[in-house]
Amino acid sequence: MKPTNIQDPEYFHKVVDCQYACPAHTPVPEYIRLIAAERYTDAYMINWESNVFPGILGRTCDRPCEPACRRGRVEDEPVAICRLKRVAADNKSDVLDRMPEIPEIKNGKKIALIGGGPASLTVARDLAPLGYEIHLYDEWNKGGGMMRTQIPAFRLPESVLDEEVNYILDMGISTHFNTYVSSLKEVLDQDYDAVFIGTGAPKGRDLHLPGREEAGPRIHIGIEWLASVAFEHTKSIGKKVIILGGGNTAMDCCRTSRRLGGEDVKVVVRSPFNTMKASPWEIEDAQSEDIPIYNNMPPKEFVVENGQLKGVLFEKVEAVYDEKGKRNLVPTGEPDVFFEADDVIIAIGQDNAFPWIERDLGIEFGKWDLPVLNKTTFQSTLPKVFFGGDAAFGPENVITAVAHGHQAAISVDLFCRGKDLWERPSPMTNLVSQKMGIHEWMYDSAVVSDIRYAVPHADKKKTLTNRKVEVELGFDQQLGFKEAQRCLNCDVQTVFNTSRCIECDACMDICPTSCITFTTNGKEEDLRGRLLAPAEDLSQDLYISDILKTGRIMVKDENVCLHCGLCAERCPTAAWDMQKFFYNVTKASSECLTPIPA
Amino acid sequence: MSYVKPVFSHPDLPANKVGYRKRDYEGAISTLCAGCGHDSISGAIVQACYELSIEPHRLAKLSGIGCSSKTPTYFLSNSHGFNTVHGRMPSVATGATMANKDLLYLGVSGDGDSASIGMGQFVHVIRRNLNMVYIVMNNGCYGLTKGQDSATADFGSISKGGSQNHFQPIDLVGMALELRASFVARSFSGDKKQLVPLIKLALSHPGFAFIDVLSPCVTFNNNVGSTKSYEFIRDHLEYPAPADYVPKAKEITVDYAAGTGTLVTLHDGSTLRLDKLAGDHDPSDHLNALRRHHEAVANGEILTGLLYMNKESETLHQLFNTVEVPLNSLRETELMPGTAALEKINQLFR
Repeated sequence: MKPTNIQDPEYFHKVVDCQYACPAHTPVPEYIRLIAAERYTDAYMINWESNVFPGILGRTCDRPCEPACRRGRVEDEPVAICRLKRVAADNKSDVLDRMPEIPEIKNGKKIALIGGGPASLTVARDLAPLGYEIHLYDEWNKGGGMMRTQIPAFRLPESVLDEEVNYILDMGISTHFNTYVSSLKEVLDQDYDAVFIGTGAPKGRDLHLPGREEAGPRIHIGIEWLASVAFEHTKSIGKKVIILGGGNTAMDCCRTSRRLGGEDVKVVVRSPFNTMKASPWEIEDAQSEDIPIYNNMPPKEFVVENGQLKGVLFEKVEAVYDEKGKRNLVPTGEPDVFFEADDVIIAIGQDNAFPWIERDLGIEFGKWDLPVLNKTTFQSTLPKVFFGGDAAFGPENVITAVAHGHQAAISVDLFCRGKDLWERPSPMTNLVSQKMGIHEWMYDSAVVSDIRYAVPHADKKKTLTNRKVEVELGFDQQLGFKEAQRCLNCDVQTVFNTSRCIECDACMDICPTSCITFTTNGKEEDLRGRLLAPAEDLSQDLYISDILKTGRIMVKDENVCLHCGLCAERCPTAAWDMQKFFYNVTKASSECLTPIPA
Repeated sequence: MSYVKPVFSHPDLPANKVGYRKRDYEGAISTLCAGCGHDSISGAIVQACYELSIEPHRLAKLSGIGCSSKTPTYFLSNSHGFNTVHGRMPSVATGATMANKDLLYLGVSGDGDSASIGMGQFVHVIRRNLNMVYIVMNNGCYGLTKGQDSATADFGSISKGGSQNHFQPIDLVGMALELRASFVARSFSGDKKQLVPLIKLALSHPGFAFIDVLSPCVTFNNNVGSTKSYEFIRDHLEYPAPADYVPKAKEITVDYAAGTGTLVTLHDGSTLRLDKLAGDHDPSDHLNALRRHHEAVANGEILTGLLYMNKESETLHQLFNTVEVPLNSLRETELMPGTAALEKINQLFR
């Protein structure tokens, strides 16, 4: 294999598994260390810079970082990254003086943002400090989009949402709330230099089964029902409730039902339990609120008697996989099951819908009626129109919407400056030695063996009677510190200097996870097979040195490196060094804040 | 603070035949200088014991005094251990093997411990062919007292301070060969590919198995002009016959087709494999071993590998014809069988 090019910022970036997995590439280990150092405000701002909504995401993120966390590969559970983010948000001091300054003299460009959710707000956050005049349109009376309408208050208190939405709206954004944009043409006819569309995936799927028409008002569409609860149009529900669907919306619906009067609340999914789309922790939370989940039961009919919904009839099936691995739900032949219900909530997915975009504007639509977009620039086929969030490529999550927003903002900025949209800014990186002295590093190199700490919950008696009482209490500072110490500091990189190595084997002998091997070079497949420990995870890179004096090379399998620094500690010539790698996605920042010539 | 060994190990490293993982053969984190050759030897011992599937409680490690003799703390922390008086490890080892012949004995010593203060003990333990492995971690200097030349420092070798050694070295390998030690090998701490099989071979040898391991002192004897530095040793290594230990249970197939190497059957049915290059070196030929070693010394080369092995080696217990069971398990009833038994014996002399 060729020697690893550590000058390529993506090499070390990939070693920081959590940051690499985060759509917005939040520098996770950096903010976790700041939490351990009780520098909560600094930790918050690192987050805010990357993901815009630390307090919101610290409660509601889908956490793509956690399955990626290296800790999960050396022991049972990853670091509770998401809930540590909340520790930073909960304990920070006032951050207003750290917010970017908004220039009084604008740059002369005017941007319209359609939809007030995370994607649009991120675009606003990135462009307002550059002097853009920003107009935000939303059909509701407040910003936040689906974070407000679909995430129940017992998971995300309104105060947290308002705070983080307002940091952005207070940047001099012209808001047009209670304004449903019914025609893109009308927007384009105004003098906007660019338009960003972040209207989400607002259409909840319906289920057209026998009885659907007759049962009428007692059958609800999940996301619409959640929105109507959030805006207090709906304040109660029947005692017996059935939720159809197995995603996070279904979990929110069943838990909300328990708080609005539902006593016998059931979730019924058509496929096996282990294929449910909801996050495991959301399923757990639902179950702990006495909500049973029935699986392998597709609904057959809404049973209605005398115009009154009585319940739902379910078929019993099992999942059979053919040789291609394709799943078929095959009836088992057991008798159908009938569950009584006063109300049924359908939460089986949501779709994009752009009835308000005229099809003759030059914006091409493709599969699933989604706009045809460039995946890097988020530009549509009409150059001045950009998309992001769920509106771009279908339903994802908040953190993905934020990542889209950052990239779209860069595009809008380049577009308004008349520049090539492909001249994207490089990431900002930094690599600094952590050596302080003998046995002394600038980071806590010792690897603690604590198992993952659980987030304390409020008393069920209290939370089930008031839908606005937050269930999770969050880590306190002490628990937060302990959990933070579980982080392996994967951003503190093991950097190898070939010319200094005397091949004494000390690093190979000391490495607790047998990551390092000195051997003769070969092809990757061959090398992976003859390392000290098997290197079977192909998604994890091998770090290859230049040829050493004896003709061998140093090979390090990055997979389960604990970043404990013992290789560097036992190296007599400092051929190994522990160096902190900081990687930050560059946002729309532009060369200067001077007005853009018209 | 990084001087704490994490509890985690590689999740995919398999357990050996007796169910132990490599981690179970490790010891405390080393307090020797970073890059010390001794740590590599410790690593090789760990690897060898793990690969041989030795149950840690079936082994006793013994040492004298010195940097080398500190190392038993850094390997096999689940085994028995005895850190003895300077140069007196062979005496304690003798007592231990006499009392309990069921354990494996691994002695660790240094050039000071064996070639100076313990010289008398060293030669006599060879004479007695005690059933043990005796590893000398040989760095040619007194690392623990700031690097003075030791008795194995080569003539003309230059110390870190710049002074030249004017004395002839004590050649431990030559001496062991001369005294007809039943197993003599030499290796280099920086060459685990050779060292690990040698340790495995030594552990399976009945009788005294001596391995002189050149082990650079990275702090006091790794300078230009030293003959025990990493660079000098690497430049002067000579391999007579790469050897490998093939346990009895393992089938010898693919890698070593007949004709490509020499297979030597050992006492317990296991096999010693010698590479193709072995053609010119037969480790059972004592005279040849002596000649090759002295030639190498004369040529300024460092001859490493298995130099000599007596296939008919008899241990001290075999020479004494002691009982099957360890002596320390004999109880009063067996040791003092009473007047009736005495009478029987006396009858034999009438």
